[in-house]
Amino acid sequence: MTDVVATTPGLFPLPDWAKSELSDLKGHQKGDLVSGDELPEVTDAYGRAREEMVDEQRGAGLDRVVEGQARWDDMLAHPLTVHENVETGGIVRYYDNNNFYRDPRVVGELTFSGDVGVELDHAVELLDDDPLQTVLPGPYTLANLATDEYYGDEAEFLAAVAEFLAGEIDAFPAHETLYLLEPSLVTNPPGDGRDERASDAIDEVAAATDADVVVHTYWEAFEEKPYAHLMDAGVDAIGFDLVTADREATFECINEYGTKDDIGLGLVDGQNTRVEEPETVAERVEWVHDRVPAAEFDTTYVSHNTEPFYLPVNRHREKLATLAEGARLARSEGVEL
Amino acid sequence: MSRNPGNREGFRPDDHPTEAFLLTTVVGSYPKPRWLNRATDLAEDDDADFDAVDLTEAHDDACRVITHEHERAGLDTVVDGEMRREEMVEFFAGRIDGYEFNGPVKVWGHNYFDKPSVVDEVAYDEPWLVDEFEFTDAVASRPVKVPITGPYTLANWAFNEAYDSDEELSYALADLVNEEVEKLVEAGARYVQIDEPALATTPDDHAIVGECLDRIVSDIPEDVRIGLHVCYGDYSRIYPEINDYPIDEFDVELCNGDYEQIETFADGAFAPDLALGVVDAHTAEVEPVSEIKANIRQGLKVVPPEKLTVSPDCGLKLLPREIAYGKTENMVQAAREVEAELDAGEIDVDDPLATAD
Repeated sequence: MTDVVATTPGLFPLPDWAKSELSDLKGHQKGDLVSGDELPEVTDAYGRAREEMVDEQRGAGLDRVVEGQARWDDMLAHPLTVHENVETGGIVRYYDNNNFYRDPRVVGELTFSGDVGVELDHAVELLDDDPLQTVLPGPYTLANLATDEYYGDEAEFLAAVAEFLAGEIDAFPAHETLYLLEPSLVTNPPGDGRDERASDAIDEVAAATDADVVVHTYWEAFEEKPYAHLMDAGVDAIGFDLVTADREATFECINEYGTKDDIGLGLVDGQNTRVEEPETVAERVEWVHDRVPAAEFDTTYVSHNTEPFYLPVNRHREKLATLAEGARLARSEGVEL
Repeated sequence: MSRNPGNREGFRPDDHPTEAFLLTTVVGSYPKPRWLNRATDLAEDDDADFDAVDLTEAHDDACRVITHEHERAGLDTVVDGEMRREEMVEFFAGRIDGYEFNGPVKVWGHNYFDKPSVVDEVAYDEPWLVDEFEFTDAVASRPVKVPITGPYTLANWAFNEAYDSDEELSYALADLVNEEVEKLVEAGARYVQIDEPALATTPDDHAIVGECLDRIVSDIPEDVRIGLHVCYGDYSRIYPEINDYPIDEFDVELCNGDYEQIETFADGAFAPDLALGVVDAHTAEVEPVSEIKANIRQGLKVVPPEKLTVSPDCGLKLLPREIAYGKTENMVQAAREVEAELDAGEIDVDDPLATAD
């Protein structure tokens, strides 16, 4: 029998008070976004936003608690846009969304930053015994979102990004789970040679932690070869988008190439305000089990498909409760995965 | 196929000095007078002695001022600068049954928008724009253009909870836009612009936008000019398909990209009239007349003068007001000078850049 774990891919919407307080404090232009050396009053506002984000997860009863990444103005590009050897260029579109981030132009060596580790240290202070889940962009995605003006070679740049992320993880506090978000791996899949390097890079990042690692993907289903290579990486689970991505293609991939002992299921829509019923979540967990008859999973992670920052806060909170209750129902019904 | 672009002659002023006529217009939004922003804040303040009636009066005043400012700049067709609208989706979603608002969502950094959710079948209740059109038409001495956010953008820039697909929602909204355009035409409107910026982000949906336009223009008389405005996209992905759209005019920003994409349209088969952006909406410097004249000539690569409309790239609302005015005034001046040069045979329309300054 599988353990069903309710969690999220991180990157929460800011509470509405924080949206207005921080826009008043920071401004609206490119140059006003988080740089890594914020003013004390900005740090204080983010501290209060973090506390609220942690509280809302604990209140909802999620099985993993994330820091919430309130400071990630540039979404998944954040670890680079605050780096001292990265300059931020123009505003560029974030995948196929009406959202934008600053183009991180890497102009020097990707040395240790520690920015994310500091956030997580603050989050730990807010937890009792709740298991912490950390969240990072996967190396392929982070390299894909950035512009390299220093390494000059795609393979070398990807390796440098992986080494950078592994170094950041070294400075993380103890955590139960690490989610590596890799949307680019499916929306802009790597071709021959690059697919193997993407898998190696993920392997290197995953090796930096003792925690369980979930490589979570969204918006599209996998292409076969990148998936087959990813199966060689030392990760505990691959996460699939079962809301937006082509489900038949996803099941075909899993049934053809197998998957890890654990699985991540993106079942709640992070980009639509329609709030799912917990029963629906539980049914979908069972439905996945039906569609993957050959596999048994030790742990099933149940989450949104995408980051939930696209949502207004009221619906976001309702969906956290849906996830927690849906996973509880799936557990109590003893879904055999 | 395009409708009846010849209806542009209806907008030629009686005293137009030249044979050539480049219709001058604007996309729609314009910087709000600072006092209007203060009035809006006051209306939201429960402690202030300033209510909805006062705000309506402030809106009326602002519409009057900006309509006249457009006339002073010499435009052939004018807009009220969208003084009553805060945001192009919110404004309409607030007037259409079936939408609800749940709070702000992030666009980028600390820029948010109150992205609505479609929670029920969309339906037409009260007219959206008829009152504002009648007001502006009464204060204007030039023909008034009415910009409306298009159904595809109203669908895609909302959360869709109620329809099986965004396509289905787009068509339902297109029927409502058709109803509104009918009412505007009854009220006397002769120039309507459908704004579809969302098409630029998902150009593969051009057929959906085409079907929406078919529904919008259904039973709308051909003397009513229908424009389509799209901005900041890769146009090779929607051209030549737009030649099949039932529109009179395609309005596009190309000044921002220094006309790199003009060749996309210059295949000699461009069907609707071209409304070309000839001043940049996102630079805070007023382009000199000579530069704008060269930009206008770019348009002649695509269409002959009798099919060329000139406008700014996009709405000017983010600019300082004096810059927006300067751009508009210089744009009209540039158009009038190009018209005179066309009359004098000084521009070779088969090689329009040859005589560029």
